[in-house]
Amino acid sequence: MEGSDQEKVITAIKEKYEDEILHIEAPYNFLTITIKKEKVVEIIHYLYNHLDTKFQFLTTLGGIHFPEVNQIVVMYQLHNLVNNQRIRLKVYLPAENPVIPTITGIFAGANWLERETYDFFGVIFEGHPNLKRILNVDEMIIYPMRKEYPLEDQTREDKNDTMFGR
Amino acid sequence: MNLNESLIDQTIAPEEKQYSYLNLGPTHPATHGIFQNVLKMDGEIIIEAEPTIGYIHRAFEKLAERRPYNQITPLTDRLNYCSAPINNIGWHMTVEKLLGTEIPKRVQYLRVIIMELARITDHLICNAVIGVDTGALTGFVYMFQQRELVYEIYEEICGARLTTNIGRIGGFERDFSPKAWEKVHKFLKEFPVTLKEFENLLKRNRIFMDRTIGVGGITAESALNYSFSGPNLRAAGIDYDVRVAMPYSSYEDFDFIIPVGSNGDVYDRFMVRQEEMWQSLSIIKQAIDKLPDGPYHAIVPEFYLPPKEEVYNNMEALIYHFKIVMGETDVPKGEVYHCVEGGNGELGFYLISDGGRTPFRLQFRRPCFIYYQAYPEMIKGSMLSDAILTMSSMNVIAGELDA
Amino acid sequence: MSGMEKVATNTKSSVGMSEKPEGYEGIGFFATSLEKVVGMARKNSIWPLPFATSCCGIEFMATMGAHYDLARFGSERLSFSPRQADLLMVMGTIAKKMGPVLRQVYEQMAEPRWVLSVGACASSGGIFDTYSVLQGIDRIIPVDVYVPGCPPRPEQIIDGIIKIQHLVETESLRRRDSKEYKTMLNKYGIE
Repeated sequence: MEGSDQEKVITAIKEKYEDEILHIEAPYNFLTITIKKEKVVEIIHYLYNHLDTKFQFLTTLGGIHFPEVNQIVVMYQLHNLVNNQRIRLKVYLPAENPVIPTITGIFAGANWLERETYDFFGVIFEGHPNLKRILNVDEMIIYPMRKEYPLEDQTREDKNDTMFGR
Repeated sequence: MNLNESLIDQTIAPEEKQYSYLNLGPTHPATHGIFQNVLKMDGEIIIEAEPTIGYIHRAFEKLAERRPYNQITPLTDRLNYCSAPINNIGWHMTVEKLLGTEIPKRVQYLRVIIMELARITDHLICNAVIGVDTGALTGFVYMFQQRELVYEIYEEICGARLTTNIGRIGGFERDFSPKAWEKVHKFLKEFPVTLKEFENLLKRNRIFMDRTIGVGGITAESALNYSFSGPNLRAAGIDYDVRVAMPYSSYEDFDFIIPVGSNGDVYDRFMVRQEEMWQSLSIIKQAIDKLPDGPYHAIVPEFYLPPKEEVYNNMEALIYHFKIVMGETDVPKGEVYHCVEGGNGELGFYLISDGGRTPFRLQFRRPCFIYYQAYPEMIKGSMLSDAILTMSSMNVIAGELDA
Repeated sequence: MSGMEKVATNTKSSVGMSEKPEGYEGIGFFATSLEKVVGMARKNSIWPLPFATSCCGIEFMATMGAHYDLARFGSERLSFSPRQADLLMVMGTIAKKMGPVLRQVYEQMAEPRWVLSVGACASSGGIFDTYSVLQGIDRIIPVDVYVPGCPPRPEQIIDGIIKIQHLVETESLRRRDSKEYKTMLNKYGIE
């Protein structure tokens, strides 16, 4: 994305939601904006419709767990297919109680992506039509992608941990 | 149904109608891959479907946090295992973007040749399987014979048939041997003949067209809302192709068209994939004609194994060799997203590195997972055999669905 | 097949035939033990159930294709219904979510039944040493032959089938009712 296009997007957001923005950066030329959690759905809806931005394609949605600061990030990546711009929005949530409103009203494709984030990190999406586990077994009580849980099945006895993995 | 039952049926009020539930279970001959659909049916018509996936969840993303960057390539093989080289090369390009390396032109052209071969094999299987689900088994056997030719090419280049682990971060481990070029030329001579035969079997076949036109359609707005990409989106009418929108690995040097359908039904998807195979053949021919000379790998000493003579004589090369094999190389900190056009759509790699020897977070943006959400909507109101046909035309690969 | 001879001037056919079991032969009759005849008949007509989950399934499709033809070993008809199958070929990773399904399919098969575990994932979990993958199907069902590889080449899968054929041929007719077989099934919790 060109610098001038990035400027246009930043101006468009700052018009209405200046105080929701916490941080703007562009690693590897990819505009990344960290915003507060309260108005996430409004901001995405605004970006969907605004003439300068028109981000009408949801590329992906995922979670990231930072154990040192005890926070979970929900990351949205949006794409404007017409003039080929991409943007990444990040929202920081506390790890004890990660709750955020759902965007399935805007993008139908966010349904399973949010279920996957719930399954792996425990993030509750308010207003989701069917928030239950999708990839793991239904009886699982932990959220496996968080850093404190191990990768291996702890009940296996045939593999020697000194030889396998680190 | 005997006469009494038909009389009873007419006197039941619509609110008291009973529906049957059919479990199109995880193991089923017609579903190619393991996922479950519980269908609520009124006779033969489907009212609702509830999919359940996760029967082959292998925890790729957590496994990737434990492995150094070189060792993640075999994992990416097993995402969309019908076209494994595309996944491998996509991952290598992500790491090269993180490191900021410049890749020589020859490597880029060779990568294009391999990725287009992989795309052809992926579309082969999908189209052959659409044929099988309508009852045309011959096409499947012919197409699998052609896949053997491509397997032989992969074997000459990297040693493996299916899960290839092809190339290295920075290029290839050796240049293509003359035997490999011989096999590529043989493929380019024999495959178009068989592809034409296969196309003639089905393209204007009355039975095939009756079964596939108007079945399992989706509108363009709905497809965009569900974040479709790849041949499924192009069959619905949107011409979004990552190779043209964000060209990578010298795709801008090649001249090819993007086939676009109009209805988004099964016939359109079949024809879009068919035409993409012809376009891939044309790209391979152009790449071979314009192939420049040069090195077959970039200079990335931390990831690319040094030649053995240097390892035995040179201290630095020995240390690099040790670090690469044991996976002790540190990577710069950064957050990068790279996408390639996989067989099913936009395959993306979102990588966060915290400076250590393994990724901090690696998320695979898997196209199958995202567009399979639309399946219940696509089959609502159709018959059971149409539902099977819709599923196989969407090319759902279980490895990519669950990861 | 190394036993084939070229059709030259003699009238010998170039097609190899199955080995005749040992027995007493006379004009119009051949006497041998029932086990040998039944074994020979069973081994050349195994109906497999391909339980293909992931990448090994694609190699199985290549094995069934024209190049490596599995049908010449008698497995022309694939049965997807466990009630009509002899051999359960488990190909690909089995996750813990899929375990009960595999167990149910195995229990629905009728005796005599054999299990072939194709690929590293089915034999021992493979490269996926994770919380969600079953580390080998022999934790839930008894397995007869393991085929290693990731994925195994079609020749290796055929080698596995030939070993199953050997097991089928030499199996005693009383094995499935014997006490040792029942204790083995009880170890897995199968009646």
